[in-house]
Amino acid sequence: MGAAGEALVSAAPGTALAAGCATCHDCGLLARLPGHGAHGARCSRCGAELHLRKPRSLERTWALVIAAALCYIPANVLPVMMVTSLGQVQSDTIMSGVIYFLVSGMWPLALIIFIASIFVPMLKLGMLTFLLISVHRGSNWRPVERTRMYRITEAIGRWSMVDIFSISILVALVRLGNLATIEAGPGAVFFGAVVVSTMLAAEAFDPRLIWDRSETRST
Amino acid sequence: MRRHPRNGLDRTLALALSAAILFIVANSFPFLSFEMKGQVTQTTLVSGAIDLYQQGKAELAVLVLLTIVLAPLCQILLLLYVLVPLRWNKVPWQLPDAFRLLRHTQPWSMMEVFMIGILVAIVKLMDMANIVPGLALWSFVLLMLVLTGAVASFEPEAVWERLEKRS
Repeated sequence: MGAAGEALVSAAPGTALAAGCATCHDCGLLARLPGHGAHGARCSRCGAELHLRKPRSLERTWALVIAAALCYIPANVLPVMMVTSLGQVQSDTIMSGVIYFLVSGMWPLALIIFIASIFVPMLKLGMLTFLLISVHRGSNWRPVERTRMYRITEAIGRWSMVDIFSISILVALVRLGNLATIEAGPGAVFFGAVVVSTMLAAEAFDPRLIWDRSETRST
Repeated sequence: MRRHPRNGLDRTLALALSAAILFIVANSFPFLSFEMKGQVTQTTLVSGAIDLYQQGKAELAVLVLLTIVLAPLCQILLLLYVLVPLRWNKVPWQLPDAFRLLRHTQPWSMMEVFMIGILVAIVKLMDMANIVPGLALWSFVLLMLVLTGAVASFEPEAVWERLEKRS
C-alpha cells in the first residue's frame, strides 16, 4: 500500500475511493487502481498517471498561497506604472489608479479596477486559505458551499490581469519621446506574480479533499 | 454531465479553422493607433509585450505574450491537430498528450480579460488623444468569440467514443 493510499483508506463507503477506483485527471475514465493506492498506475485509455487525489495537493497549495500573499504587499505598495511627461515623473500604484478614475468621475472603471486588482486577489487568497484550513481541521461544515467557493476561486483569478493588460497597451501607445512616455513599474511584476501563483494554487488544490473528510466524519 | 456528446466534431473543426484565419489577421494588421497633435503611434497585438521586454520587464512581457498570443495559438493548433486527422478517420499521433496540453493551456488563454484591459486603456487616454481601433482589434474580438465557441463545443468524450467504436 502506497503512502497516498494509507492516508486516505478511511474513505466513506460508496465512493470511488473506497472501491479503489480513480477517475483519470486527463480523460475522465473511471479506472480501477491495481493495488489500492499504488503509485505509478496509468490510465488504460490515455496513459496519464492515475492518482486517487492530486498528489501533495495541500502542501503545494499552501506554498503557492503564501508566495502570492508575500508578493501581494509589494504589488500594492510599489508603483505599477510610471508616466514621464515633460521631464516630470508621476508614479501610479494600483490604488492611485482606482482613485484617479474615481476623482475624474468614471466610477464604473474605478469599480472594474478595484474589483479586478484589489478585491479579487484578496478574495481568492482568503477563500483558498479558508478552504485549506477547513480541510486540515477535517471540517464537515457545508461541503457543498465550500466546493462552490472553490469553483469561484478557479474562475475569478484570470480577471486580475486587467490592470497588467491595460498597462501593456498604454506602454505601447504612449511613446511621444520627450512629451510623454509610460513605463511599467516594479509593482506590476509583483502583481503578475500574484496572479500566476494564485492561479497555480487553485489548480493545485483538490476539491475532493473537502468531501473526503466530511464523508469520513459523517459515517 | 452528459452521457453522450451533443455536438459533432465537425462544428468544432469549422470554428477552429475560422479561428486560425482570424488569428493570422489579428497578428498582422495594426491593432490600435494613437493620434496626438499630428503624431501617430501605431501598435500591433504584440507591441505591448515587446515594449515591456525593452523596459526590462521580461517577466511581464512573457506573461502578456503567453496569455493573449501563445495560449490561444496553442489552443487553435491543438484543436486542428486533433480534428483534421479525425475528419479523415485517422488517429493523430500522441493524441492523449494533445488533449492534456489543450486542457492545461485553457486557463492561460485570457483574450476576454484583455478586452477589458483595452477598454481601461482607451478610457485613460481618451482626453489626451485620439485612439483609432485597427482591423486587428476587430478580428481579435471575433477570434475571442470563435475560439471560445470552438473550445466550448469540443468534447474529448466524443473523440474517445469515436476511437472506441473504431477498435
